[in-house]
Amino acid sequence: MAQFFQMQDLGAITPELELVAFGMFLLIFDLMVQEKRRLGLIALAGIAISGFFLFRLRGTDFSAYGGVLALDPFSIFFKTIFLVAAALSVAISLKYLDIERENHGEYYALILFSTMGMMFMAGAVDLVTLYIGLETMAIATYVLVGFLRSNQRSNEASMKYFLLGAFSSGILLYGMSLLYGLSGSTRFVDIAEALSRRPLTDPISLLAMITLSAGMFFKVAAVPFHQWTPDAYEGAPTSITAFMSVAVKAASFAMMVRIFMVAIYPLRPQWVPIMAAVSVMTMTIGNIAAITQSNVKRMLAYSSISHAGYILIGFIAGNETGLTAVPLYLFIYTFTNLGAWAVIVALRRKDVIGEQIDDMAGLFFRHPAGAVLMLIFLLSLAGIPPTAGFIGKYYLFAAAIQTGHNALAVIAVLNAAISIYFYFRIVVSMFMREATEKTGLVYAPGLTMTLAIAIVFTLLIGVYPDPFIAMARQAVILGF
Amino acid sequence: MDYFRQHILSIVAFWPLAGMIVLMLFNKENKTLIRWWANLVMITGFVISLPLWFWFDRDSADQMQFVQKIPWIPTIGANYHVGIDGISLLLVMLTTLLGPLAVLSSWEAIHDRVKEYYVFMLMLQAGMLGVFISLDFFLFYVFWEVMLVPMYFIIGVWGGPRKLYAAIKFFLYTLFGSVLLLLGILALYFMYPSIAAQHPEISSQFGTGSTFDILAFQAAASFLPFNYQYWIFLAFFVGFAIKVPMFPFHTWLPDAHVEAPTAGSVILAAVLLKMGTYGFLRFSLPILPDGTKYFVPFMITLSIIAIIYGALVAMMQPDMKKLVAYSSVSHMGFVTLGMFALNPNGVNGSIIQQINHGISTGALFLIVGIIYERRHTREIAQLGGISNVMPMYAVVFLIMTMSSIGLPLLNGFIGEFTIVMGALQENLWWAVAAGSGIVLGAAYMLWLYQRTMLGKIENPANEKLIDMNLRELATLVPLIIVAFWIGLYPAPFFRVLDKPVNKIVAKVRPDYFQGAQRLNAEIREPR
Repeated sequence: MAQFFQMQDLGAITPELELVAFGMFLLIFDLMVQEKRRLGLIALAGIAISGFFLFRLRGTDFSAYGGVLALDPFSIFFKTIFLVAAALSVAISLKYLDIERENHGEYYALILFSTMGMMFMAGAVDLVTLYIGLETMAIATYVLVGFLRSNQRSNEASMKYFLLGAFSSGILLYGMSLLYGLSGSTRFVDIAEALSRRPLTDPISLLAMITLSAGMFFKVAAVPFHQWTPDAYEGAPTSITAFMSVAVKAASFAMMVRIFMVAIYPLRPQWVPIMAAVSVMTMTIGNIAAITQSNVKRMLAYSSISHAGYILIGFIAGNETGLTAVPLYLFIYTFTNLGAWAVIVALRRKDVIGEQIDDMAGLFFRHPAGAVLMLIFLLSLAGIPPTAGFIGKYYLFAAAIQTGHNALAVIAVLNAAISIYFYFRIVVSMFMREATEKTGLVYAPGLTMTLAIAIVFTLLIGVYPDPFIAMARQAVILGF
Repeated sequence: MDYFRQHILSIVAFWPLAGMIVLMLFNKENKTLIRWWANLVMITGFVISLPLWFWFDRDSADQMQFVQKIPWIPTIGANYHVGIDGISLLLVMLTTLLGPLAVLSSWEAIHDRVKEYYVFMLMLQAGMLGVFISLDFFLFYVFWEVMLVPMYFIIGVWGGPRKLYAAIKFFLYTLFGSVLLLLGILALYFMYPSIAAQHPEISSQFGTGSTFDILAFQAAASFLPFNYQYWIFLAFFVGFAIKVPMFPFHTWLPDAHVEAPTAGSVILAAVLLKMGTYGFLRFSLPILPDGTKYFVPFMITLSIIAIIYGALVAMMQPDMKKLVAYSSVSHMGFVTLGMFALNPNGVNGSIIQQINHGISTGALFLIVGIIYERRHTREIAQLGGISNVMPMYAVVFLIMTMSSIGLPLLNGFIGEFTIVMGALQENLWWAVAAGSGIVLGAAYMLWLYQRTMLGKIENPANEKLIDMNLRELATLVPLIIVAFWIGLYPAPFFRVLDKPVNKIVAKVRPDYFQGAQRLNAEIREPR
């Protein structure tokens, strides 16, 4: 048995500790600073420093705290995603919160806390650590969703998200407690070992697996546990929607990889069919529901549901290609989706909500650059080369074909084709309709920076994906 | 010069893209400059593609030439690998010839959003050229999809009244096909290493690692189990048949053609549709020989339906453009019929007919565009007796009508004749069906010509039409020249095609040439 605490364990969590310190610091500083935008800049600095610490930890591969927290390439890859997503979300919030008149210091502190929770989720190889990370992330996010205090929709969204989130956490905990009961340990490797000694049809293992899966599917917004997503995404401040749709989603998938590929891996023959059904439903229902939306936030919410369906293919395939596809897809999705959300954030001006497809009418004539960027992000979401989205989809489809899941692959590609229809409703509005008095964008330095970073990566990964694929592959090869 | 010679294919393909990037820097109000620039880029693009025709080594026309291979995504084995054989040479030349003509024809037709229009035209040109030169399946797929976006915008922004519907229909249809094509490619990709591992003659040349190399797939073809060939053929079929388009996937075509601006229709008919038939020729036939043979009856049936159905529907159209669009369906039926006859005559004819269709249908869309710019209608009933006021136009129209219906001395005859010959070698009834298609084709084209051009002018709106100007003539004269060239002296074309076609036929039907040799031997030395 490893010693419970060693000094090097403290080194393993420096990025997280640093984020907490900055979050606390922000809360205190909030009382003294009038110009709240500066707090955002401090938060950005905090994320950058955390990134620096993370960079110094690169290449390490050990488990800390007596084997409850792993610091492996897998967790470092995901932590990078979280930090990038957090930084870009903060950057798009600076101006947006001013317009919404809700610029408060807690906002940035909560983003940092939430990110810190995610980083623990990605590293957790133990049920308790995982759950604490999950709840830290979730509670901060519940508050952030309801951050527009005077806005009824935001409050409603927060309430719904909180209630359903708490409910699903309960289910998840139930599954976890069963696993603990079966194995007498909270560590994933011990659980896997205990499960492998039981028959595949053991009812208690199955019950644990089903409850655990249901909780996970809720967190990644897979059908039939997706109902909260459109409401939460629509009501939340747009910058938080962007944050949730990439960072929270990526964290949930990181957690899923650890659980499904380590803890309950022995039950794989049992969960693959369930997951295949969920994946098909998620892709299809997400896409079909998106077609009918006229609110861009809701449309992208449904689109993010369908993307979760695609990512599940990586788990179903379960081989190296499939597992590489999961972090790779999420990495690509972070830039692409944040870019698309940044454009929507820019649509919000003093007196214009800017959430309807009609609000984007003729955007190309007023802001050609913004419209062209949105076009490229949408093409990437739809998976049209030479954008990054194609590389991500390619990897998932390749994994499905490689492992002989041909029917699943066909359904997935047809869904990818359908998705172009609703993404292009936005394109039609932007490029082929007359501008109205509502059409317009507000640029701010933070937004411009986010758009620039997002577009550079969306095109770079599309044209020259090799280093990114190699990184994602290394994350899963060494991690598992 | 050496550098140019080694990189000529990449230069030809990326030239329009480079021109596009420069064009983006221009002020969008300066329309004249933008027009001149776009035309200049296209014409120089044609000029720099000319050396391909002269430098192409005809004695090894079945080998890939001007090859360039650079690692692109080593982790998955995708390369930037380009090269052309005789078949792709003709299609590349067709593209570089039609591109400038289409751009020139839009000089006066496009008034709004001129800059974006030319940006998309140049992007489209680069994408199409990329498709014809790719020797790596991944690269091919990227180009194949990339050109959807500019075409979508060309139809959707500068099209007719139902442009949005037509544009998204085009996009969705093609995308449905191409994603299934992608799955077929992936299936091949994952099959290859195990085949190569068992057959040293393949692995010694192409390695055992995962690859997207089309030549490697072609080499591995004969070892691919039939079961796989069957499914991959179906996946490819959907992808390519939608593009061609074959019956019953053709419904996007009339919509896209009718709504697209003239230049869009020209490019669509002349080049884009060839991507589908090229796909069959380059991939389905040589990579999946057993699958191809199995599906011959199915493919021939669809082709014959397309020939006859397309012709009959064309005859009934009240709109000139729609008529030409349906005639495309019929003519592309000939192309696939010849191809799936799977003998040298049929395949040769099928490729010549692809070029012919590019020439004559491209020209017909230009011709329809010219009258539309003057009258703002394409309804046949609104026209009539036009030859009285536009004699030069009438002559050009007549030549292209004759070319389209396959009159001897013109290009159409060569293609159709060779295809019918190829069909006859296999089955009398295929030839009969093809022949009846030719008759129907003559009927609807001549009837169209008679109704629009001949007789007296009855509609007063037609009395003061001005004949073609120099620019419009310039868009058509090159096509007329090529039409006569192929019609009078097709030998240079067949010389480029013979070897690659024989190679494909030998791949699909290894016994075909053995049988012919035995036959020849028996004739020389009777038993």
